[in-house]
Amino acid sequence: MNWENPSQFFAMGGHGLYIWASYGVLLLFILVEIFAVKKHRKDITRRLKRLMQARAKMVEKE
Amino acid sequence: MAAEQSEKKPTSWLRFSSPRNFYPLAGKMIPWFMGLAIVLVLAGLYMTFFVVPPDYQQGNSYRIMYIHVPAAWMSMLIYLLMAFYAGLYFVLNVKLADMMAGSLAITGAIFTFIALWTGAMWGKPTWGTWWVWDARLTSELLLLFLYLGYISLRAAIDDPNRAAKASGLLALVGVVNVPIIYFSVKWWNTLHQGASITTNKTSMATEMFITLMIMVFAFWMYTIAVVLMRVRNEIIERERDTNWLVEELGKEK
Repeated sequence: MNWENPSQFFAMGGHGLYIWASYGVLLLFILVEIFAVKKHRKDITRRLKRLMQARAKMVEKE
Repeated sequence: MAAEQSEKKPTSWLRFSSPRNFYPLAGKMIPWFMGLAIVLVLAGLYMTFFVVPPDYQQGNSYRIMYIHVPAAWMSMLIYLLMAFYAGLYFVLNVKLADMMAGSLAITGAIFTFIALWTGAMWGKPTWGTWWVWDARLTSELLLLFLYLGYISLRAAIDDPNRAAKASGLLALVGVVNVPIIYFSVKWWNTLHQGASITTNKTSMATEMFITLMIMVFAFWMYTIAVVLMRVRNEIIERERDTNWLVEELGKEK
């Protein structure tokens, strides 16, 4: 075990800023990437469903 | 009829080169790769912060290595993979190969940026500077521009076939940069340190090496999962007029 208490852990022997900025930015990018991919999927499937419904209505009218 | 016939043929990996077969397969694989990535990341983070000791010269700042090195390796490997798929598209003219190449690019660009960013964060306390124009750093920055050029080129061309050809050419030409990045620390006198891990020897303590490898595998698993998710989106967009896709989407919800 490297640390005796939480404040030692966060300080990282004086290198806390560099370390947490590294891990924090990586975490942020990964979360944004996953969110963006999932949102894209939701958007395109919704659009596709609307298109299908519109087509079905047109067929009904005919 | 055609579908029935193809199903009677002996199973071959080539049948997954059709989006129709690949889409459901990718869907089944994503949770496994994502699950593995999460388990490995948690194990790797625990090792990074609670098991491995500080470096005797650099103190704790070297803990950045456990994401810096995997990100840098992924940035190069993803580029090679992307160029491989681009080449496959030219040779076999398979749409799915181009979709794979396109889906890899964004994750590759992200890891390239992360390699540069964490490098700056590590460089400041270790070298006293965020950035130097040495061969390693400059060629890695060029890699980021190659990714961004590739992504914008695809986005700028509406016709998917033309976009695939133009961006594929760029991906293939840019491949020369990857060995330059990798060997830059040997070929030139750089501020960046040389490789600690080579095929015949490792100048690193065993527990540090294991921790690093766990993180490398975690990055791989994550990359596979997120790229498969992106490929599936790409398939939905390009195959939206097919009946199989409508059926497939109906099954999912």
